[in-house]
Amino acid sequence: MNILVCVKRVPQTGGRIVLTADGQAIDTKFLGHTISPHEECGVEEAVQIVEKEGGSSAVLTLGPAEAEEQLRDAMAIGIDRAILLETTGGEWDPVSTAGAIAETVEAQEAAHGHFDLLFFGNEAADTGDYQIGVRVAVALGRPVINGIKDIWFTDDRHAVLARREAPGGGWETYELPLPVVLGVKEGLNLPRYPSVPGRLRAKKKEVERVALGSSPSGALGLGAGEDSAGLGGAVPGPTKLLLRLPQEERSAAEVIGRGAEAAPAVVDMLERIGVLAR
Amino acid sequence: MSGPVLAFIEHAGGEPDRLSLEALAFARSLVTKLGAALEAVVLGSGVEGVAGQLGAHGVGAAHVATDARLDDFAPAAWGAAIRTIVAARAPAAVVVAGSERGNEVLAHVAARLGLPMAANVIEVTPGNSWRLVRQRWAGSLLEDAALDAPIRLLSVAPHAVAAAPTAATSVPTISTFAPELEPADLVARVVRREPKASAGVSLADAKVVVGGGRGVGSAAGFANLEALAKELGGAVGGSRVVTSLGWRPHSDQIGQTGLRIAPDLYIACGISGAIQHIVGCKAAKRILAINTDPDSPIMAVADYAVIGDLGAVVPAITAEIERRRAPA
Repeated sequence: MNILVCVKRVPQTGGRIVLTADGQAIDTKFLGHTISPHEECGVEEAVQIVEKEGGSSAVLTLGPAEAEEQLRDAMAIGIDRAILLETTGGEWDPVSTAGAIAETVEAQEAAHGHFDLLFFGNEAADTGDYQIGVRVAVALGRPVINGIKDIWFTDDRHAVLARREAPGGGWETYELPLPVVLGVKEGLNLPRYPSVPGRLRAKKKEVERVALGSSPSGALGLGAGEDSAGLGGAVPGPTKLLLRLPQEERSAAEVIGRGAEAAPAVVDMLERIGVLAR
Repeated sequence: MSGPVLAFIEHAGGEPDRLSLEALAFARSLVTKLGAALEAVVLGSGVEGVAGQLGAHGVGAAHVATDARLDDFAPAAWGAAIRTIVAARAPAAVVVAGSERGNEVLAHVAARLGLPMAANVIEVTPGNSWRLVRQRWAGSLLEDAALDAPIRLLSVAPHAVAAAPTAATSVPTISTFAPELEPADLVARVVRREPKASAGVSLADAKVVVGGGRGVGSAAGFANLEALAKELGGAVGGSRVVTSLGWRPHSDQIGQTGLRIAPDLYIACGISGAIQHIVGCKAAKRILAINTDPDSPIMAVADYAVIGDLGAVVPAITAEIERRRAPA
């Protein structure tokens, strides 16, 4: 199986989001970055499948030069090679992002042979656009299904079986002929941590860089310019104007007590709010 | 003169889904701003009953495709059916629920039409360029955005608006249509279903949830939480740290990449309160935090707090409940 995993570099937000003064981004001065959680599972799954089935794996991201860190992380747990679509000047909108990825997949396949599987995260942790994988699949004319938490193959290895949670509980399984695009979700597997030898090996692996520059939809995204290659005439957007924090309604917690001595007061509260009645 | 607003309605067991009714309420406020008509699209055999109920939610005309190939989830085919009606009605906007299926189907519509899509929108203001507010980080952050497109494709963030029926009840005009499906649209479809394993109260439905974080210390440490949950007829969940460490299965994860719960009471034990976790539990009516650190972020969303070691506090609460329940 030849697999491409598309990942996104996102900040590790922790307990509180702080925005930059211009409201255009999360202030990451004191934050680390990580691969968005669903895609971490995509990386792990690709490594496991190639370990079992043979073939090769690649990881791709569209982002700033610093996103090389996430590509090295993926290679440290066993991905073979990496492609960085290097952007400048802030975020790309989802239409432009998917256009650039679809073009890159075609170029990669022309050079290295086709991918049986393309993995995307179901949605990126930060922007939550819920569309990149579907757009790339439609551009490439491949079937796609999202929300996948289980992947296996038919005996002849011509098709993939993919399972996801059904609304209201239970599971639904899809059978799709290869090549296919899958949007995966956390819970698919438990991603391993990179080992020290893995990190050392990753340093020597290839990162292919493609300079994309700034978003083809322009700083304010008001219509695609003539140089919006890869969009195939699609209208880009939506265009981010400003980020802001939601108003929180809750007031500060009432401290009931300290330590085990607080138990009677806690149970008084449980009785008062009616969760203890049977 | 604006084209109609077209709302896509998901349904189960002959009833429209709650999130779709929320999307309808959102669409209703949009048609008021636009001076447009509200129309709906409903897919699958025997859905006329679902369509008939939509009058109470302001729908004037419902388009139904009673095609058995659309009965079970097939995102590309559902998207193709929506595109058939989009071509016929030239809507100003298509509005869907920001459910897993809603977002997925709308992405297919957007990709095939070559149009932008805004996911998890909470407010929209039409104009020359439409302005909208949408959720990032599962609602921990908001984005003001511009959307410039001939047809605006929007999914509505779950629980951003209430699913209230209108005062005036009417029966919508129901018309059937034949969706234009290509063989490729039907490749991704359900081939097998497995029912829900019924074992006690589920985390999603429990009235009381006891959640554990890194502070629980180990997989074995959850025994105390299990005992308290049992006394309260509740369920046990955990933070992402806990499922990533393998202390609990991923299906027990409460958070952005796990379950979003809305119990009457959530008891957060040894959970610092990363936003990844908070978005999964903030819909709880009340939150009790048990934590050694009075300054941890969980305190900002908790209603009640006990400052102390959960290894001592949790068993003491369980024992106190047992003591009060014991016959005198």
